[in-house]
Amino acid sequence: MTAKQFLINKIYQGDIKAVFPLLSLKVLGGERMNYPVVKGASYALVHAPDMVIHQGTTQTSEALKHPDSEHLQNLPKHLRSFEDVVKYGPNQVYIGNMEPDALAGIAKPWYENPVADGERFGKFGEIMPLDEFYGLMKVVDVFDLVLLEKDFQAQVKEKLAAHPVMQDLKDLAKLDKDPAELAAIEKLVAGGLAEGMYLQGQLIGCVKRAHEFDPALTHHVMFENLVSKASAVVALKNLLAKTDLKAEEIDYIIECSEEACGDMNQRGGGNFAKAIGEICGCVNATGSDTRGFCAAPAHALVNAAALAQAGVYKNVVVVAGGSCAKLGMNSKDHLKKGMPVLEDMLGAFAVHISENDGVNPIIRTDAIGRHTIGSGSSPQAVMQAIVTNPLDKAGIVLAEIDRFSPEMQNPEITVPAGAGDVPNANYKMIAALGVKKGQFEKANLAKEVERFGMPGYAPTQGHIPSGVPFVGFAREMLMDGRINRAMIIGKGSLFLGRLTNLFDGVSFVMEKNSGAVDPGFDQEQVKSMIADAMRELAQKIKGE
Amino acid sequence: MDLENQARIKDLAEKYGTEDLIVVLGGAEAEASGLAAETVSQGDPTFAGPLAGVSLGLKAYHIFELKDEIDEAVYDEQISMMEMVLDVDEIVNEVKTYRG
Repeated sequence: MTAKQFLINKIYQGDIKAVFPLLSLKVLGGERMNYPVVKGASYALVHAPDMVIHQGTTQTSEALKHPDSEHLQNLPKHLRSFEDVVKYGPNQVYIGNMEPDALAGIAKPWYENPVADGERFGKFGEIMPLDEFYGLMKVVDVFDLVLLEKDFQAQVKEKLAAHPVMQDLKDLAKLDKDPAELAAIEKLVAGGLAEGMYLQGQLIGCVKRAHEFDPALTHHVMFENLVSKASAVVALKNLLAKTDLKAEEIDYIIECSEEACGDMNQRGGGNFAKAIGEICGCVNATGSDTRGFCAAPAHALVNAAALAQAGVYKNVVVVAGGSCAKLGMNSKDHLKKGMPVLEDMLGAFAVHISENDGVNPIIRTDAIGRHTIGSGSSPQAVMQAIVTNPLDKAGIVLAEIDRFSPEMQNPEITVPAGAGDVPNANYKMIAALGVKKGQFEKANLAKEVERFGMPGYAPTQGHIPSGVPFVGFAREMLMDGRINRAMIIGKGSLFLGRLTNLFDGVSFVMEKNSGAVDPGFDQEQVKSMIADAMRELAQKIKGE
Repeated sequence: MDLENQARIKDLAEKYGTEDLIVVLGGAEAEASGLAAETVSQGDPTFAGPLAGVSLGLKAYHIFELKDEIDEAVYDEQISMMEMVLDVDEIVNEVKTYRG
């Protein structure tokens, strides 16, 4: 029955109320909805070996408990060079130079089998060395907390001024101002008034405390927050450089790292999002921070999708910088096994969500998975809540999802630490759930895992591995027709905050764009349809 | 084994005695499950937690071993998926070795 016939019948039956739904887009536009789209994604890494020693909590805790520990003495010998990390397969995948599946073709351990043609710059972003990053920390610091030694500052200014993506940052001029003497930096660090910035073991700068006694503004906290802000800037600047999006076109920024900025009266007051946007020239944007441990990026992307679909904001960017506290988190296990310290990378990403353009892959906002407060915490309950429940609701079976991107931790980092191959464990659970639901044969469990799975490649930076690393590849594979649907899954361990034992998880489905864009509510079209219907009705009555 | 869990088990053992107390594990792999079983029976082998040097002698069972004791519907709803995913025999054998 066409919409018009339906209208005639209802008017004829005197059921005027039934006419109202016709005015909704669902009937006028068939089953089409204007889903939001993923318009672009960028990924960045920062090589931060000295931060592993000085800011990684595994090391700082060890230094407090056992200052002479063997671990701290041995660690520097296991740090990687910049060339090592550039040629490291998982890093090349993260910045888009290789697809995840290509890792299966590299012999393990990956750290012993470098990618010969690995590049610092990639299709989705870049790998930044620590000296440039320290320079950037000063560039993004608006409270004059970062001091850099004068010669180092001059060198790094030159490098950033030649950087293809960073050279147009208007605040680069800060690197011409207030160069510091090494003696002054040494004095501040020795006096416990500043957090040291080290490069290959040498002190080259520091981050000063931002308040005399506020525990939320100590030099340590300010260091972490400036690291997060600066690395987010690397990701956002790369997004602007690699896509058509212009800084001034961004309406809203959602920042979703795991840090908190504020003062002692509101420890997590915010707002990283605007602080990052300010540096990148997003003059027309506002923004806010979304938190949820490792699940925060998935929450943020769902929020962004809703804002774009509702038309509240046209261009929304979800962005997160990295965490220096997590550097070298499992380094004790890595050292014990004679491995290099693989957790020496800060991770960052930015994703652009916008209104339907008929081209870019859509986010199926009618199939959002969520672990609710009442879902239960067994792995089975969690996977049902975030994987099969939303698919059931949208009438999609597991076989119709070509790729799943759960937590994409690099297994080379997690397996030696006893945490197993995280993506693979998730894939097995999804396949087992499929068996339980009668969608897969038990005998085909491994085959299904192979079909929709891929090796993990993201650094263990908490929020960074959680589903999001694959968004960029998923967008490309959906656009070139290699896949039709991908599910992105974020999970979070909320117990770490000691306020709840609840688990958390959010998922969404990215789907190939059919090309149909609903023009929206057209008043003229509705009027003419009702007029047509009335005319036909009059004819019908006349005929009787 | 998590230091907080060690403290909780130690407290429970002190409160209720060890005779009618068992520890039920839900570990996802053999080594970690075995380590937990060892901790509650012989003491914390890593000497990091409250059970370091404390031999409670508690018996630990993995939830997979208690399948017959559990309501079938509950087991199906909560555990059956993981039973398909994990190496059940390896985990159970490892946990068993610490029950003497």
